[in-house]
Amino acid sequence: MSSIKRAYFINIGVLLAALTFSVAAGPVFIPPTTALRILIDGLPGIALPVNWPETFSAILFKVRLPHAALVALTGAALGGSGAAYQGIFRNPLADPYLIGVASGAGLGAVLAMAAGWPSSLLGMYAIPAAAFLGATATVLLVYWLAKVGNSLPTTTLILAGVAVSSFATSLTSLLMLRSAEELHRALGWLLGGSILGGWEPVLAVLPYIGVGLAALVVSGHVLNVLQFGEEQAEQLGLPAERVKALLILAASLTAAAAVAFSGIIGFVGLIAPHIARLLWGHDYRRLLPLSILGGCSTLLLVDLLARLLLAPQALPLGIVTALAGAPFFLWVLRRAKNQVYW
Amino acid sequence: MLEINSLSVAYGHRLALDNVSFSVREGEVVALIGPNGAGKSTLIRAASGALPARSGSVHVEGVNLRHLSVVERARRLAVVPQARNLPPAFTVYETVLLGRTPYLGWMGQASDLDRECAWRALERTQLTALAERRVGELSGGEQQRVLMARALAQETPILLLDEPTTHLDLQHQAEVLNLARSLASRHHKAVLMALHDLNLAGLYADRVVMLVNGRTQVVGAPHEVLTEQNLTVAYRVPVHVVTHPEYGSPLVLPDGRKGRQP
Repeated sequence: MSSIKRAYFINIGVLLAALTFSVAAGPVFIPPTTALRILIDGLPGIALPVNWPETFSAILFKVRLPHAALVALTGAALGGSGAAYQGIFRNPLADPYLIGVASGAGLGAVLAMAAGWPSSLLGMYAIPAAAFLGATATVLLVYWLAKVGNSLPTTTLILAGVAVSSFATSLTSLLMLRSAEELHRALGWLLGGSILGGWEPVLAVLPYIGVGLAALVVSGHVLNVLQFGEEQAEQLGLPAERVKALLILAASLTAAAAVAFSGIIGFVGLIAPHIARLLWGHDYRRLLPLSILGGCSTLLLVDLLARLLLAPQALPLGIVTALAGAPFFLWVLRRAKNQVYW
Repeated sequence: MLEINSLSVAYGHRLALDNVSFSVREGEVVALIGPNGAGKSTLIRAASGALPARSGSVHVEGVNLRHLSVVERARRLAVVPQARNLPPAFTVYETVLLGRTPYLGWMGQASDLDRECAWRALERTQLTALAERRVGELSGGEQQRVLMARALAQETPILLLDEPTTHLDLQHQAEVLNLARSLASRHHKAVLMALHDLNLAGLYADRVVMLVNGRTQVVGAPHEVLTEQNLTVAYRVPVHVVTHPEYGSPLVLPDGRKGRQP
């Protein structure tokens, strides 16, 4: 099998395993084979002999599957936008939060919690909507600040992103200090973890993440060309500045949607692309889809850990991501010590 | 054919190029010489469309560069920049194949023809043995040749070379310049190359453009431009110019012992 086919085989295999475990595990253990039978039975026109407790169906379709779907989408979004950001900024330290998605989302969410009226208007969608708006507004602000004529200088973008992010984060901290009652809730959200259950959140983020990731996946070649810098890219026929702006938009939208319902989950967006790059190379045509699959599996497995470690309490995803992810990444890094992989 | 028409380029308030005019016909090799900071690299970049002109224009085969899209420009002009900060993980072959970008779609699917072009470019630059090596592991000279191969793969009628002999040893200097010469004479390309080395300019160029402080000081055949008087004034160092025993081209010998001229 060629190395690229093997890469996809492994990634999809791991993903399916992760999905299976994610759906099976919880306070009530549903054996994977039973889960599969329930799923098949759920398909229209098929009726299998029911040999499982009724509650299993409800748990599977109303709790486990939507939860797994949301986590999978979030992981995929973080992995994909992380890889895209690293390509656009040509910086191994870039992650989806580089130019303000996280800080903007945090500020938006905490503002909504502190103000109270958004909740009476939008109910449980208030926080996610505010987070999404905060994230997109922040990225647009950074974009506008960094724009010089027709070009979008990379360094200026990063600096503007850092400045705006620091400002937003400070405001968020200030708000949190002033409204002590909401502090705990805000902290929980900021540390990352899906609060809302059911299919509605999944359906809400699906269009943004779907379209965003689709745009990124087909842009692998373009990201390869951008690795040579904007000037060489233009000399090779690529309208570099316009392409960069488009890719930043797609990646930011994807990341904003991921953060809206799941809070700020770090590390996955940074590490999933690096692992994919270490194992399967720098070509963004394969790096993007592999980062998406990798981010997906990683977050599903991390979510599993978060739910099981201190069951029945669920740990915030953001904490577990770094705790579990860092050692794993260091192990992969040691394996590829002298390789030129960037 | 490349025409530079009264081109002025500024970096902020500083005028880097001032009313520069000359042309490069197909089949011709024009060498761009001048002291450091004279504007050679700026001119190469402006000719490729990478820098906006404050005034004047660049015409490529009769068409104003400003009226061409980025892709159309890339199909007419190929640039060999100085080898700096190349993404280290790309292999030589991958880098050269990217020279076909103006002919590939958004997704970058290379056809057999594209691969053939890339491979031919590798052959002409003697890089076939290094094809699978990562660019980050190569020497400066090898990286320079990779960029040359990439420009060749682009298959354009006009070639712009920015100091292509930097980091190259004698053998590879000769190879690159012989290649540039044959691209002009046999493949009728118009070749403009910025060169540090005045003797190489005299030997390989049909015409020489001497740039000083952003202005064209002299334009003409090598023996017309590379004279003791022109060079002493431009470089502010006394020089001797003798004739090459075999080719008759001017050979420049700096006479540093006499000290700097004001």
